[in-house]
Amino acid sequence: MFNPEICLYAKSHEWAHVDGESATAGISDHAQHEITDVVYVELPQVGRVVEQGKPCAVVESVKAAFDVYSPFSGEISEVNAELASHPEWVNQAPHGQGWFFKVRLAKPGEKENLMSFEQYREFIKTGK
Amino acid sequence: MINQGEATIFEKSVPQRRAIRFPATEGLPSSKDGLPAEHRRAASAALPEASELDVVRHYTRLSQLNFSIDTHFYPLGSCTMKYNPKINDQIALGPRFSKLHPLQPDETAQGILEALFRLERALCELCGMDAFTLQPSAGAQGEFVGVLVARAYHQKRGENRTEILIPDSAHGTNPASASLGALTPISVRSNARGRLDLADFKSRLSPKTALVMLTVPNTLGLFEDDILEIAEAAHRAGALLYMDGANFNALAGLVKPGDLGVDMAHLNLHKTFSTPHGGGGPGAGPLGVKKHLEDFLPVPRVVEEAGLYRLRGDFPLSVGRVRAFFGNVGVLVRAYCYLRRHSAKEFRQISESAILHANYLKALLKPAFEAFVDEPCMHECILQTDPKRMNGVRTMDVAKRLLEYGFYAPTVYFPLIVPEAMMLEPTETESKQTLDEFARAMLAIAEEARKTPERVKAAPQSLPVKRLDEVGAARNPDLSWPGRVSSS
Repeated sequence: MFNPEICLYAKSHEWAHVDGESATAGISDHAQHEITDVVYVELPQVGRVVEQGKPCAVVESVKAAFDVYSPFSGEISEVNAELASHPEWVNQAPHGQGWFFKVRLAKPGEKENLMSFEQYREFIKTGK
Repeated sequence: MINQGEATIFEKSVPQRRAIRFPATEGLPSSKDGLPAEHRRAASAALPEASELDVVRHYTRLSQLNFSIDTHFYPLGSCTMKYNPKINDQIALGPRFSKLHPLQPDETAQGILEALFRLERALCELCGMDAFTLQPSAGAQGEFVGVLVARAYHQKRGENRTEILIPDSAHGTNPASASLGALTPISVRSNARGRLDLADFKSRLSPKTALVMLTVPNTLGLFEDDILEIAEAAHRAGALLYMDGANFNALAGLVKPGDLGVDMAHLNLHKTFSTPHGGGGPGAGPLGVKKHLEDFLPVPRVVEEAGLYRLRGDFPLSVGRVRAFFGNVGVLVRAYCYLRRHSAKEFRQISESAILHANYLKALLKPAFEAFVDEPCMHECILQTDPKRMNGVRTMDVAKRLLEYGFYAPTVYFPLIVPEAMMLEPTETESKQTLDEFARAMLAIAEEARKTPERVKAAPQSLPVKRLDEVGAARNPDLSWPGRVSSS
């Protein structure tokens, strides 16, 4: 479980849980609720170098397919490989079993571009 | 109204029942004689066994269960499901067109070549373009050819441009076509008015920009009213401007893309020019270009030389062939018939009626459904379901319930930037009575959502196929018939 209250959030509705030199990422509870039942997840390859705000995974629901953007720049160090065969985890436990990947932080300062839990809650409510 | 479901043809199978009995083959060599053992079947194919009458009734019944433009109002946004005049089918199916062979000499196929030549000229006139290729067999292939043409154009000028700018409201085919053509799609934001955000657009233009791809009117049913400034900025940066003409039903006879600074545009003939479509095709997505891009168009091209129409392939700068033979010719013939039956003035009336109908529908539905951008729209309107106001009823539920009222559902959950989107395109061919009936159904569903939301969420219940388990179907697709068919 990655406590939602200490996670950081992107405007594109990903969460990041920073732990030392790496961060775990997934999509927010709000996002999973909005896109409804997830039926497919495509994860990045371990070792791929991703950039903050650039697409690096895909999540597909019965509504449509959506890009998932990396909350931090760096190298993908681990992915939740089991998620591919259990896409429903994204809905059931977006901050738990439904995590997507871990990224080694190349630029820890990028957290300044993300929102706190309170800021994100406000963002959902007001769009700002 | 048929309310019973129809069993599958496999369930109707009866051992030894046949439509045709083949004569006995005694004394003749059997296929087994010539076929190596490892290529022979161990058991017979599990095909259903049925009489001709069984088969005719089965498929006729299935066709009667369908929603189609010939049976129902079909406001599927972005698809322009207008009536397809039957005379176009008759002409296209006539032996003079349908019995031609694509490899027969040009001299013996002058009729079809002339029709294609004239179709190209007419499309040039409607779009303000200098040349057209009829080859692309769908809108997305038109986009792909446009990307190839843009690359060839920049390459010839010695420029290495690798990026394409696409608004976040675009059809998914735009970035897909760009990727297939080896350009990197860069997403540009929409502003609060649902148009391209000019500041964001300009900040993303660079010497790497090969192409700007814009849908006009855009997928929110809105005219990109900054298009002249967009065109100028794109050209100043050395990029080309491509117009996705999927929504040309709002513009034909009213606006020529060429006058807006557009360098290339594709049209979806199966939409605007009224040929049957849906279910995957066939379609036609001709691409029109301005003079400076003509040399790069795909081959073959129809030319007129000394009173003779020919297919010519020797254009050295061409991007090459993009399709076998000459595109979906049957669709092209239908589109040409449609075009010839309407004057320029009538095309203007068609577009104006399409726009009027969308605005009328939007006004009728506004009491119950939110308008994403609250201003007049073009040929389609985007509405939203607000689950908070409707006891948790979502757009998907409204769409399913509509089927029970005898209407096909609008496009749902697109554009992606609109939460709980519904995209309604009534087209010019529907009457006021139909639009009124449809609006009454939509408002009745909104009322149900307030009083008996569970009924809406469980819809459809009165149709042969009840609420489908879409999630289960997507997560665990099972595509084979599980039952045993008797083998003979």
